[in-house]
Amino acid sequence: MTGVRLFPTCVADTVARRTVDDATRVLERLGIRVDGGRGTTCCGQPGFNSGHDGPARAVARATLRALDDGGDAPILVPSGSCASMIRLHWRELFHGTPDAIGAARIARRVRELSAYLADHVDALRALDLRSDVRVGYHDSCHMLRELRLRDEPRAVLATVSGLELVEVRGAERCCGFGGTFSGRYPEVSVAMADSKIADAEAADIDLLVSADPGCLLQLGGRMSRTGSPVRVAHVATVLAEALP
Amino acid sequence: MSAPVEDALGRPLPPGWAAPAHAPDDDALTATTFTERAHEGLGRPFQRTAIANATDHTTAALHQRFAGVDHEALRDEARRIRAHAIAQLPTYLEQWIDRAEERGIVVHYAADAAEARSIVAGICRDEDVRRVVKSKSMASEEVALNSAIEGIGVDVVETDLGEFVVQAMGDRPSHVIAPILHRTRGEVRDLFSAMAGEELPDDPEALTRFAREGLRHAFVTADAGISGGNFLIAETGEVAMVTNEGNGRLTTSLPRVHIALVGIEKLLPRRRDLGVLLPLLTGHGTGQQITTYVSVLGGPRAAQEPDGPDAMHVVLLDAGRSALLGGPFEEALHCIRCGACQNVCPVYRQVGGHAYGWVYGGPIGAVLTPLFRGQRDGGELSHATTLCGACDDICPVRIPLHDLLLRLRERRVQEGAAPLGERVAFALWGHLWSHPMLYRTSTAAARGALGLLAQGDVVRRQVPGLRRWTAGRDLPLWRRR
Repeated sequence: MTGVRLFPTCVADTVARRTVDDATRVLERLGIRVDGGRGTTCCGQPGFNSGHDGPARAVARATLRALDDGGDAPILVPSGSCASMIRLHWRELFHGTPDAIGAARIARRVRELSAYLADHVDALRALDLRSDVRVGYHDSCHMLRELRLRDEPRAVLATVSGLELVEVRGAERCCGFGGTFSGRYPEVSVAMADSKIADAEAADIDLLVSADPGCLLQLGGRMSRTGSPVRVAHVATVLAEALP
Repeated sequence: MSAPVEDALGRPLPPGWAAPAHAPDDDALTATTFTERAHEGLGRPFQRTAIANATDHTTAALHQRFAGVDHEALRDEARRIRAHAIAQLPTYLEQWIDRAEERGIVVHYAADAAEARSIVAGICRDEDVRRVVKSKSMASEEVALNSAIEGIGVDVVETDLGEFVVQAMGDRPSHVIAPILHRTRGEVRDLFSAMAGEELPDDPEALTRFAREGLRHAFVTADAGISGGNFLIAETGEVAMVTNEGNGRLTTSLPRVHIALVGIEKLLPRRRDLGVLLPLLTGHGTGQQITTYVSVLGGPRAAQEPDGPDAMHVVLLDAGRSALLGGPFEEALHCIRCGACQNVCPVYRQVGGHAYGWVYGGPIGAVLTPLFRGQRDGGELSHATTLCGACDDICPVRIPLHDLLLRLRERRVQEGAAPLGERVAFALWGHLWSHPMLYRTSTAAARGALGLLAQGDVVRRQVPGLRRWTAGRDLPLWRRR
């Protein structure tokens, strides 16, 4: 039986533990052993993206050391943004430090969750996933433009029978979350969400799906406030809820 | 205040026509915060619709323009040319100056905005200039040129249609290519009707005709034309310029004096480099294969030539550029001012160009403003972006805007320009979350607190620490099943 490590991320640990549970459930149904591990905290992105590299390095180091378990199992991350931080930016963050080699080792093992699942679409199909729902996929920025993952999450969603996947206008436009941006400039951030939500509503979908809890909090939180008929869900949750 | 400007029939135009629109003391960047300026932009719903429509249209035209072309290879080549030109800037600048002087161009070097203003004012005095026609120049916006030469009694008439409106309204351009993207056709009609003293029809062609008649008069009565320049060609000493309205050609050839104000970073080594850069500039700027006019200006009128100015001056503008050479922000100098990054920026789309507080909007504005204006005045702008990376993907010369923004944020912290509260918060975060046990304790405490505040599956309450989120959004809690 193959095994993977799952790095929950700080956002999921705080407000989206269901996402981690759903991912675990789907992976286990595929016969993949999931090791939640211990000792991980955050990838360091909030500090790194704000220019506070010292604190960012300290935080990321804790996660690095917890993930660097001597094994070579894939490390799955249910967030495109955190996966991108580890895969692409840890190299810069740990450059010239004793952790540089460990960072490179972890970067090689890290996979965004839906990219990993896209390697298992036949197995997913064999699970008889079913959900009668009309969904749109929101491309999260770092997952699309840094990891270049566009088709993978869509291919994973397509394994659910009954699920109708439509392309929403402006699917690749940022939702306005932007990490600390959402708190620095809340009015702009909310206006950006509104523009996305208007496009989602115009597409007449039930669910706006993404692979990044940050975007989902932003869009889902605004939809909840405005009473939008559209809801949000993580790819993992769509799959888990489609399990027979 | 300058003398009243007359229209084509010799009537004085109402105030506003040549109002000092670009007063340097009217500095939004230091007087207001990004939040305040963004709030103003968000309060103009028409502006948001106009920006969304116009920029989506231009971006679609851009992609269509390069369909079937090896666009990526073209961008690679453009990046190579720009990187080389900037890395060798002193050499090419010297070469350009030598060639230009051989052509009879009078070359000036302005180290900063004040010097640029006094050089141009000096030329106007020496050449006895009473009226100036101007074609669109962002460099002139950088140095607040108009108010400076109006201050010595020279009339200035902006002749780009958008800039003409901006000037008459006492406004500022909000987009590097489309200065009045933030204005409606109705506003332009009201303005022109007031100028004409009669109700003009709500018809773009009729409105343009009105401006055109006034502008023709300005062109034939002007003593000097002031333009910008898109490229300086080192091997020939020429200035290349793209325009769509024909005003650029009139500005640079009809009056007896032509003054071009051009940033020193606009250098290209060879004339043939235009073959790569021109299609990228026009394709990324407007989706056009080529603009209606491409002018390659090579000096004043020669003895046997029927047209052209008697004197041509080029003012090379440094104003913060040479300081970037060889440093971590050198790539910002590769910019060819096409505006494509602004068009795809989701933040600009909501807030508009004026929110950036100075001359340049969108991602390149968020990079150039702190670099040209300094960390203290412009530093905040590096945070006025979600780092979504759409700008990196569209830049014709592949400037890593995302990385430059990150580096600016880092420098802001290093220079101690980040607010105290932010520094304390990140220090505390770094301390707590670098210890797994403290991390578990703090996330458990956060879950507990959020659980107490929750109404059902969301937190809605505007308590301290959460208010910046919950003022406009709920905070969903996706708890364990």
